[in-house]
Amino acid sequence: MSAYIEDDHTEDGINRRGFLKCMAWAGTGAFFVLQGGVVKSFAMSDVNKLSAKELKGELSFVQISDSHVGFNKPANPDVLATLNAAIEKINSLDVPPAFLLHTGDLTHLSKAEEFDTLEQSLKALKTDHIFYVPGEHDVLNDNGQQYRDRFAKGTKGDGWYSFEHSGTHFIGLVNVMNLKAGGLGNLGTDQLEWLEQDVKHVKSSTPIVLFAHIPLWSVYPEWGWGTDDSAQALSYLKRLGSVTVLNGHIHQTMQKVEGKVTFHTAMSTAFPQPAPGSAPSPGPMKVPDDKLRSLLGITDVNQIRGKHSLAIIDSPLAG
Amino acid sequence: MKRLQKVLIAIAGLAFLGFGLLSSVHGQGGTDAPLIADQPSLPTSSVAIDNFSFSPASITVPVGVTLTWTNRDDIPHTVVSDDQKFKSKALDTDEKFSFTFTEPGTYSYFCSIHPKMVAKVIVEGAK
Repeated sequence: MSAYIEDDHTEDGINRRGFLKCMAWAGTGAFFVLQGGVVKSFAMSDVNKLSAKELKGELSFVQISDSHVGFNKPANPDVLATLNAAIEKINSLDVPPAFLLHTGDLTHLSKAEEFDTLEQSLKALKTDHIFYVPGEHDVLNDNGQQYRDRFAKGTKGDGWYSFEHSGTHFIGLVNVMNLKAGGLGNLGTDQLEWLEQDVKHVKSSTPIVLFAHIPLWSVYPEWGWGTDDSAQALSYLKRLGSVTVLNGHIHQTMQKVEGKVTFHTAMSTAFPQPAPGSAPSPGPMKVPDDKLRSLLGITDVNQIRGKHSLAIIDSPLAG
Repeated sequence: MKRLQKVLIAIAGLAFLGFGLLSSVHGQGGTDAPLIADQPSLPTSSVAIDNFSFSPASITVPVGVTLTWTNRDDIPHTVVSDDQKFKSKALDTDEKFSFTFTEPGTYSYFCSIHPKMVAKVIVEGAK
């Protein structure tokens, strides 16, 4: 039995045991291969088991998320060790990724020394370029000024931007600023207007990768795991043939497919968080030390029929 | 002795916080700051931040009370009134924020990092 998520076109389309294995490494990232406009995702820990043929797409890139440099509580007293382990994983890939996406919460408290430490660690990456979006932990106390000075030069507004790579249009959005009482993640009017203009001239056949920190779909609003105006943002992408939405924030992997849109959240490199509603709050989840890098489980996986897409609906659990 | 020192330091810290707040929010200097130390008989004047919620979620206090929030979570939170009348920095674990309510009214506030966290302070009129 193969050990990665397999789009095998059988009844449920997913190798469940392989998927469970994918969930088995905490300090990891997700690996994406774009093949024929369809983005396939694999857990980092299994990428080296894939054949070169399986890995060879038009474009490969890696997403990591939620490094929380500066966090030192029991859920993981050494977040640098797990971040560095993730970096080593990336560097040891047979097919080097074209670039890295970091989907935010680089730091825990937006402190200068935390940003310094993160940048120092990421220097070990062999990858050409890193693209960032901020998490709410990166914009504390200064409305994200320090974040933008370091990681978002030349971007618009609070740090949003787009770029082309290998025929794919990438869009980095910021949904952690100006949050309203009682609300969720927030993109805001200015960013929405920019997005509408940005995608206007993108060919409908061009694959889109949209990335932001907080999920752009309603994962669990009770814990703030969603974005108030994400539906508006996605409405601008309706005519496009393939949209992949990559988020972090919830420190566990989830995937959902809605029509032409695939939603995916990445694991954290720092500490796990509980499955939606399974704990009094979404705070860091302490697991036995020897489980930290191999803790995650999954409850349910589905496929939307008729599409080359995977739907990972449920969440990992404490192992 | 150590305990006494700690208490003194805590009081000094609170007084300092009060000073900072008054000067920044009202621009009046710190004349009200010793209030906390001098009036131990005031009703509950603290709010805990625990498990991504403010506890109690609604607290009624007399005018003049200095309320202190303490973050008990492993994750930073803020205390920000909806009308921005008071606004803390990000509070790390065990960090505190205080604000003196000099006017009666209902003050809705939230955590600007986790805006699902909402609560209110009801300040009752002069005694």
